[in-house]
Amino acid sequence: MVNTVQPSTGLPLKADVKDLDFFYGTHQVLKKVSLPVADKKVTALIGPSGCGKTTLLRCFNRMHDLYPGNRYGGEIRLQPDNVNILDPKVDPIEVRMRISMVFQKPNPFPKTIFENVAYGLRVRGGLKKSVVAQKVEEALRGAALWDEVKDRLHSLGANLSGGQQQRLCIARALVTDPEMVLFDEPTSALDPIATSKVEDLVEVLKEKVTILIVTHNMQQAARVSDFTGFMYIGDLVEFDVTDKIFTNPSNKLTEDYITGRFG
Amino acid sequence: MTKNITTQPSSGPSGHLPPRGEGNHGFPSPLGRGEGEGPEPLQKNIPTGQPRLSITPADRRRTRMRKMTEAVIRGGLFLAAVFSVFITVGIIGVLGFESLSFFEHVSLVEFLTSRVWTPMFTNPSYGIMPLVTGTFTVAWVALLLALPVGTVTAVYLSEYAPHRLREVVKPFLELLTAVPTVVFGYFALLFVTPLLQKMIPSLPGFNMFSAGLVIGVMIIPYVSSLSEDAMRAVPMSLREASYAAGATRFQTAFRVILPAAFSGIASAFVLGFSRAIGETMVVAIAAGMQPNFTFNPLEPASTITAYIVQVSLGDLPQGSIAYQSIFAAGLTLMLMTLLFNVAGHILRKRFRETY
Amino acid sequence: MNDITLKKDIARRKRFDLIFKWVGVLATLVGIVTLMTLLVDLSVDGMGKISWSFFTSFPSRFPEKAGILSSWVGTTLVMLVTALVAVPLGVASGVYLEEYARKNWVTTLIEINIANLAGVPSIVYGLMALGLFVYKFHFGLSVLTAGLTLSLLILPVVIIATREAIRTIPMSLREAAYAAGATQWQMILHHILPYSLGGILTGVIIGLSRAIGESAPLITIGALTFIAFLPPAPVTGSFPFINFDWLSSPYSVLPIQLFNWVSRPKKEFHLIAAAAGLVLMGMTLLMNGLAIWIRYHYRRKIKW
Repeated sequence: MVNTVQPSTGLPLKADVKDLDFFYGTHQVLKKVSLPVADKKVTALIGPSGCGKTTLLRCFNRMHDLYPGNRYGGEIRLQPDNVNILDPKVDPIEVRMRISMVFQKPNPFPKTIFENVAYGLRVRGGLKKSVVAQKVEEALRGAALWDEVKDRLHSLGANLSGGQQQRLCIARALVTDPEMVLFDEPTSALDPIATSKVEDLVEVLKEKVTILIVTHNMQQAARVSDFTGFMYIGDLVEFDVTDKIFTNPSNKLTEDYITGRFG
Repeated sequence: MTKNITTQPSSGPSGHLPPRGEGNHGFPSPLGRGEGEGPEPLQKNIPTGQPRLSITPADRRRTRMRKMTEAVIRGGLFLAAVFSVFITVGIIGVLGFESLSFFEHVSLVEFLTSRVWTPMFTNPSYGIMPLVTGTFTVAWVALLLALPVGTVTAVYLSEYAPHRLREVVKPFLELLTAVPTVVFGYFALLFVTPLLQKMIPSLPGFNMFSAGLVIGVMIIPYVSSLSEDAMRAVPMSLREASYAAGATRFQTAFRVILPAAFSGIASAFVLGFSRAIGETMVVAIAAGMQPNFTFNPLEPASTITAYIVQVSLGDLPQGSIAYQSIFAAGLTLMLMTLLFNVAGHILRKRFRETY
Repeated sequence: MNDITLKKDIARRKRFDLIFKWVGVLATLVGIVTLMTLLVDLSVDGMGKISWSFFTSFPSRFPEKAGILSSWVGTTLVMLVTALVAVPLGVASGVYLEEYARKNWVTTLIEINIANLAGVPSIVYGLMALGLFVYKFHFGLSVLTAGLTLSLLILPVVIIATREAIRTIPMSLREAAYAAGATQWQMILHHILPYSLGGILTGVIIGLSRAIGESAPLITIGALTFIAFLPPAPVTGSFPFINFDWLSSPYSVLPIQLFNWVSRPKKEFHLIAAAAGLVLMGMTLLMNGLAIWIRYHYRRKIKW
């Protein structure tokens, strides 16, 4: 079922997914998925459990490489250099330096707030202390967390509330000035107030970075994203401008999901 | 804000995306009108310039260097892990090498069948059996104490004792494992033996019984700890099913839990036995060092381990038969331990419950 | 079954249950009471002999003058070597097996081997050391040989403790580190090692406390029981400030000194043997207490 609708907006692409397959061992999880990821826009992936949206997301930063038995097919071409980040010859470390990730359950390191955010810079090396401190502050401001933690940068990150921890993880993802940030159901473990703070953040962040967000919550996708892709059992069923998907989807399956006939 | 959103017709049934021209790779006009359709979804004046690159050639260089050192580090760690194999090779090598020399001078038959072990005499005799009987006798005395006491302790702690009591008692039992074996030897010789002599007047000052009892106490924490772990691993649902059928704690423990935990408890037994036959100092101090072919624990005797200590305390010219005899004795001990470990492994596999 | 027999049956079973409960208490007490008795016995005999001169005197033919100076210095030096060898080797092996090793026959071989070594009687390590270190490598009857032997003895303990500690670290933390662009060794150095340090230290200390009490393998490799001198000091006042002569020196250790004294017929020697036993117990109890404290302290500091 590959009935996609392609909006030709002419917007520059940050990434282009071409015929992406993914296999867990012999089990095929993604089936020839193709979708454009527009630069400095928010693209959302929605769909019922098991549709492959998180699997697709984790292809972008080669997370699947960490576990044996996984196999990619097809390409994801990253701009501006048009490199296929799924190519085995491409170093996953480099990919992860360009594309960072915010996970579903906040997972700050058992370190200080400062060290949590600075980590991405530390592994890269080559920066002066003052520069690191400055970038950490910028990242914390970018994650709307600076005012709350500026007096306790050297206390443990684990002592923050759930919502604050997730913003800490967002700051950690921003500190290296990435080209793209992947959000894997970032608010599913948060209360509504924390959730809306994160959603506001996403709105602002997209001015600087491309955002790809997986969400179980359709309303969230409708709120924050510019483009939305609906997936179902490994296929990308429909991809379009968000408004269109939620008001006038072209595909019956999409419509059934949106209107809650199944989930 | 009106949005004129029109879309291209869907692609055909083959479902592939229409081929895209060069323009898609990023260099359209800032206002983003393509073929005259599909306006920008968000009417904001954000310049949509080219996508950017966030890593520098310096970053790339540093990462490459890091990967080279990674390979070296990985190799070093691998060598460390493999080193443990060399230890085993060393043990087998030394024991084997010296034993081979030993058996050039002493017949295997005499070694295995003679009941007299007197390597230091002018007319030496090399029968390992007295040492083996000594080892076994001490071990079975120890196990006769440790297995029932250890298992019952485990049952009590896991099924009967209130939580607070368990938290207090367990560290105490673990403390037993912290006591050095020479201290146990001291205890066996200077406290247990005199005490037993009050009850059994004919008991000699050096005897296997005291040594065995003390070794048994030494092993209790191993048996009880492992058995208890095995029992705690049995899921609550099995217990609940038993209680729901009207069983008492005792019945549940012995009819349901113990059988389910059998493989773990069997390992505990095997471990206890291995420790008992490998124990050295308690026997060396309290059982006397006279090889004695007997199964009667009320007599003094020597074990394989005590013999090795005895010889080591004296003068040992390298290459002499007496020197080599300790390796032959050690080899026998290793083979016995190995046998029991294998037996334990088979037992565990046969009786392993999956729930 | 009618009412009365049912009630009798239940009463019988409950009685049995109660009896067993008390049997269980008794069994548990066996270990504890024995331990208490041992400690009391040691204290009664040995407490009186513990004095400053006991710690600062060499062994002697005369029990009144004998002390444990050479033994506890020897124990300290041997433990130093043991720790310096066992910790890097053990932690490195544990890290490799948990983070790098793939599931192939080499890994299985290494794991079976370690499990096996954990069960080898300690005196066999002494035999191996005798043939290999003392004679083949010509390390002789020295502190170095003793330290190496004991380090091999506790190596499985350190490896297993390291692996257990590393296993408690959740995958989500590793993924977060990788997602930030870390290489494997960076992830291990920055995250795995610091977070598992508590568990590793605990295991190391417990291993060392076992090693302190070991005498059998050391007797085999020629630890002497009558040493009336101290090995040369590792740190000297003149250049080059650190020397390694002490590694090749003969030595004695506390448990062997105890063994020697308890084997003598004179009762006075038994008393100082008890005193030595108290010192030894004090050391092992202290180390076990330290291990528990470290485990507690780290559990509070490192949360995830």
